[in-house]
Amino acid sequence: MSRSTDRSTKPSFLKPTPPYQYLSWICSFLVLITACQSDPSDAISFNRDIRPILNEKCMRCHGGVRAMGGFSLLFATTALGDTESGKPAIIPGDHRNSELYRRIISQDTTLRMPLDAAPLSEEEISLISRWIDEGAKWEKHWAYIPPDPNIQVPEAVLPDWPQNEIDHFVSRRMAEKELAPNPEADRVDLMRRLYLDLTGLPPTSEQAETFISNQRPDAYAQLVDELLASPHFGERWASMWLDLARYADTKGYEKDSNRSIWKYRDWVINAFNQDLSFDQFTIEQLAGDLLDNPTQDQLIATAFHRNSIANDEGGTDDEMFRVASVIERVGTTYEVWQSTTMACVQCHSHPYDPFLHEEFFTSMAFFNNSEDRDIYNEQPKLFTYSPENIEKVKAITEWIETRLKPEHQTATTPFLHDKKEQLLYTLGHRVVEAEEFTKSSPLIELIKPDQDMLWQIQDSSWIYFRDVDLTGIERIGLRAASALEFAGTISIHLDDLNGPKIGEVKVTKTGDWPGWSYKRPTNPKVMAEFITPITPTEGRHRLYLRFGMGDTYIQHLFYLDQIVYYQAEPALDQYSADFRAKLQELHTIPADMTPIIRELPPDRSRATRIYKRGNWLTPADTVQSGIPGIFAEQSDEAPRDRLAFSQWLTSPENPLTARVIVNRIWEQIFGRGLVPTMEEFGSQGELPSHPELLDWLAIRLQNDHAWSLKKLIRDIVLSATYRQSSITPPDKLEKDPDNRWLARSLRTRLTAEQIRDQILALSGLLDRKIGGPSIVIPELDIGVGDIPHWVMTHDGDTYRRTLYTFWKRTDPFPDMITFDSPDRALCSSQRIRTNTPLQALNLLNDEIYFAAAGKLARRIADQFETPKEQINEVYRQMLFRPISPEQLNLLLGLYEQSYAHFESAPEERDTMVPENQYRTEEKNRIAALTMVTNALFNLDELIVKS
Amino acid sequence: MKILQEAQFRNAQYNTRRHFLKSCISGLGALTLQSFTSGIPGLSGGNRPGDPQLPHFAPRAKRVIYLHMAGAPSQLELFDYKPELHKLDGQYCPPSLLEGKQFAFIKGLPQMLGPQAQFRRYGQSGAWVSDYLPEFAKVVDEVCFLKAVQTDEFNHAPAQFLMHTGSPRTGRPSMGSWVTYGLGSANENLPGFVVLVSRGGPSAGKRLWSSGFLPTVHQGVQCREKGDPILNLNNPSGVDRKLRRQSIDVINQLNELEYQESGDPEILTRISQYELAFRMQASVPDVMFIDDEPDYIKELYGVTPGQVSFANNCLLARRLVEKGVRFVQLYDRGWDTHGAGPGNGVGNGLRNSCRYVDQAMSALIIDLKQRGLLDDTLVIWGGEFGRTPMMEARTGKGFLGRDHHNEAFTMWMTGGGVKRGFTHGETDEIGFFGVKGKVHVHDLQATILHQLGVDHERLTYRFQGRDYRLTDVHGRVVQEILA
Repeated sequence: MSRSTDRSTKPSFLKPTPPYQYLSWICSFLVLITACQSDPSDAISFNRDIRPILNEKCMRCHGGVRAMGGFSLLFATTALGDTESGKPAIIPGDHRNSELYRRIISQDTTLRMPLDAAPLSEEEISLISRWIDEGAKWEKHWAYIPPDPNIQVPEAVLPDWPQNEIDHFVSRRMAEKELAPNPEADRVDLMRRLYLDLTGLPPTSEQAETFISNQRPDAYAQLVDELLASPHFGERWASMWLDLARYADTKGYEKDSNRSIWKYRDWVINAFNQDLSFDQFTIEQLAGDLLDNPTQDQLIATAFHRNSIANDEGGTDDEMFRVASVIERVGTTYEVWQSTTMACVQCHSHPYDPFLHEEFFTSMAFFNNSEDRDIYNEQPKLFTYSPENIEKVKAITEWIETRLKPEHQTATTPFLHDKKEQLLYTLGHRVVEAEEFTKSSPLIELIKPDQDMLWQIQDSSWIYFRDVDLTGIERIGLRAASALEFAGTISIHLDDLNGPKIGEVKVTKTGDWPGWSYKRPTNPKVMAEFITPITPTEGRHRLYLRFGMGDTYIQHLFYLDQIVYYQAEPALDQYSADFRAKLQELHTIPADMTPIIRELPPDRSRATRIYKRGNWLTPADTVQSGIPGIFAEQSDEAPRDRLAFSQWLTSPENPLTARVIVNRIWEQIFGRGLVPTMEEFGSQGELPSHPELLDWLAIRLQNDHAWSLKKLIRDIVLSATYRQSSITPPDKLEKDPDNRWLARSLRTRLTAEQIRDQILALSGLLDRKIGGPSIVIPELDIGVGDIPHWVMTHDGDTYRRTLYTFWKRTDPFPDMITFDSPDRALCSSQRIRTNTPLQALNLLNDEIYFAAAGKLARRIADQFETPKEQINEVYRQMLFRPISPEQLNLLLGLYEQSYAHFESAPEERDTMVPENQYRTEEKNRIAALTMVTNALFNLDELIVKS
Repeated sequence: MKILQEAQFRNAQYNTRRHFLKSCISGLGALTLQSFTSGIPGLSGGNRPGDPQLPHFAPRAKRVIYLHMAGAPSQLELFDYKPELHKLDGQYCPPSLLEGKQFAFIKGLPQMLGPQAQFRRYGQSGAWVSDYLPEFAKVVDEVCFLKAVQTDEFNHAPAQFLMHTGSPRTGRPSMGSWVTYGLGSANENLPGFVVLVSRGGPSAGKRLWSSGFLPTVHQGVQCREKGDPILNLNNPSGVDRKLRRQSIDVINQLNELEYQESGDPEILTRISQYELAFRMQASVPDVMFIDDEPDYIKELYGVTPGQVSFANNCLLARRLVEKGVRFVQLYDRGWDTHGAGPGNGVGNGLRNSCRYVDQAMSALIIDLKQRGLLDDTLVIWGGEFGRTPMMEARTGKGFLGRDHHNEAFTMWMTGGGVKRGFTHGETDEIGFFGVKGKVHVHDLQATILHQLGVDHERLTYRFQGRDYRLTDVHGRVVQEILA
């Protein structure tokens, strides 16, 4: 943080404001009103007056999809240029001779535009003719003009109100709209709001107590800085980013097999916690692999685009789904960083905005050379170790290295896993996982959900490995398992499926286990290694394994787990048995894998072609990488590779990136973006409510804050705008139902994650551990079809924060979907907030939530005597302020009804409070208080931030 | 309920003020309102919950029951009789047929595979049906066959998405979501779009009934196989209905206090949602409880009490539409007859699947008809694509099976204003291509919407800067089959 923490007084760099009072506000307000009234003599503004008419009435037929009569309003050049008739439709300065004008006023309905629709209004016609007469000046849409770096902060209308510059902008808008700000929110409510906004969790009782008793004038600013530094900050903000990144723990589509990509999720959390500058955050995710000597973290960041869905379904064409992924990545990149609907352009030019069809493919060319290609094993991947295993691997490799003969020393590598691989390879311990093949025939599958073995090996199917060094190899071992007497054969061929056969094994019965044809062998005793000598071969080859049936024709002949290459004289024979045991141990230490982006070497790079109407089966011209023309106009040097593209995104020439991220952060905090259409800043989106504020924040983020999102967030939550109460007086609701003008705080329902996390936190169940593999919780096991074996990790994990819940795309966690989370199949810029009976049922009856109520009730009942005290305390622990007498009365009523119910129904009570340590009377009381707590968990007050 | 009445009144007032152009009847019943204070552009600006003009014209159907046979049944063993294919059995496929075609598994030059079932004509309409479907053969005069349905996809998940969402990729709203978004539910106590699955459900998973970018109130509610019919429908153990009533009363009164203080109209919606939740707790188990059906009805369908089955689901579908549920979607799995292993071909494998659904799907038609429901209930039956006239024999040997085929396959419809005892469309002599009356998936969707009184080109939703619709930029109403 660069500035002092005390921001409750006005920042020093603002001009001191004269001490006007309320009256002055009225005066300024009147001035503004007059200033804003449009003067009929004003010049026509294309963006303000004309573009909306063209978009609504003309561009459906004269835009990017269709250009009827050779006339398109997409660009100035096409609008003012010659049409099919050989003449231009618009003659600047002369509306009477412009065909456009003649057509819109024509009395002949076969000629009048818009065709088959109501004519333009007189006002619209007059605007268009004046615009033509004034020279038909074209303007770029606001979003494609970079914000002015010298934008000035206006004077505040209400001089005493502002806490910082944001309020200057906001107060002027309010004044124009004849609105005055709400008073500051109650201190305790504001504290809760801030906790939820910055960490996604309510304060603990102790944290609340500390803040409430802190009487320093800068207590609020202090709290802001504390929460910005909290490790839970990253978890809360990661949720926003993971929706954009369409992060999930499965691949989607039919098989929806598991994908190990949680390290990317942890990378995001960490990046927010470390306040990684947003430009770096961008570059590492889009092009971390192209940086000089990328770190493991920078490679993991590239998994951003490995979150796209992949299809493992049998019989699919990998290339088709590879192309689909790349197309999706282009659309996602433009949506996330540019709020631009580039996906529209994959089939035709943009209907409304200045993007040409081919520009989709020049953008696609940046992304088209990633090595991944929708194959089952998700290569390329980065292998890393858990912190415990890092220590183990380090210890063993050091132990080995100190004993290595000089001729067996390996080159140094920055990554531990690579080092291990090199050591093992050099010493002749060469074991390759079968599922890491380069390519397979379509029939081959990997066993669900771990995908660590080949499955559905069928007659005449095959796999191959690229670049296998066979020099010195005399035998090949194949570790397989089957319950068939003679399951099949594996023949090994060089360079081609029908190339020379250099060895063959016969796979016979290795054991029997229930459901052998679809349940992977878990007992190592039913795996066996089948070894064949091979024809001595020199050099590196493509190695094919061809599978044949044995005595049974069946869809699944055997499993294949590993391939072992045996040298005649492996280096490891020169070492002791201890040493070899260490090597074996090193081999078995499990690594975590993360799919990443890696650029193909130049000799294997792919040409990118335009797909006619977006169909990959109809390729047309080849294109070079490049950014759309509308952006290239203002860039000195157009980017040519993915790294340069990501750098361009966060360069000052880019008009959108800073505005877009400011808008996203704003929406997360205020419940509504300054541009409300989060995914669309183009001309079909809504205009910003506070364009100058948006631009000022964008410039401040890039320049003053050097892309620090924490500093941006700090500015926002310190503003008076943020601190307003959420009371909604009827006149404000009438005037500004959506709270566009920010004259109050919007009561916003918490997100799905926040609702669940809050209940766990308040009940004391929450496990605050950060990061790690995703958690499978029991409730998930309600899916359709062949559910993968949901592994219930140890019990404590049930109460981890919701963002760690295993995200299965075809069967997402119901609590999340019920409260409007997307299913993460695609990039999602905004969550809609609905209000449904399923939400009510979830909060009322969910097993974990009801147990949480019971847990909290027991804790309170142990500490407090009377029902009144207990209810008071439950309420205070949830909302940090005393309950009102009316609320208390209602809850006491419920308490008594519940008590009476449980007194008369001891069996029901005992199912809720089974513990023997409690006396009957105590059980009734706990059960009754549980009902009260359950009711409180359903309060609107609790599930919104107010 | 005083609070409830007030809530409804205020809601109505509020909506009018906000120019909500239509009463907000939607997926989860008349009281399900979208969040209207949250300032979401989608809801306040261009996107209205449904078109105010809906229905666009007089509907012929008020509700839909869609029976999807996931995995894709073979039309060549069930309805599309090809004697010529008998003659060609075992001969190699002419290479010209394969040019430019992609198949999921067939590689090289496959052999033709003759029909594995016995065909006869049935009813006054003389429709061909095989001996795999003896019960269905008795009701053929009620149905309209579409013999030349076409799709673009030849893998299961993309084809299922295309069939139900209009796009082969994930992320679009399901047909049932579009329908409840447009027309709402006719029932105050039940979801408007209900999904029932048997034998495991479709391979594309739950996203098939997702509301995509439409508000989540429009997502299909899956009645579950085990436990509560709807997740969290039942009270926690120890809490009975009376106590739940009392606690909801207190919750609603507390929320009303909050409303008085904050003035946030969203709270009124929440109050009404708790009332609806309470009513659903009674109405859903009620409609799901099939034991109260008379024996002759249970026998008609062949229900299996206490188990999950397609027969039970058919009976449930009738009960749900009777109560005003707008769109009931059934999925049965087990129709992917590649012949890649025993019991997986178009012989016994397919015969067994047919045996599993034959009686119940026929009973559904009979039962809807005898209750007078068939006239305004549209029933649709089919898979996501068809099967090839060639034997798949993916490895050159094996069981009699057929690969995925997207050029032509058979579906049937009944009720809801479509012709009965009618056949539309025709395939060539071997059932490879449609030669007459081709119906693309988008045409089918346009027709379903049309029967509900909806113009498929006008039911749109603005998302990512563009108006989306179920039929994308395609679709033609199949006028030829309309009664």
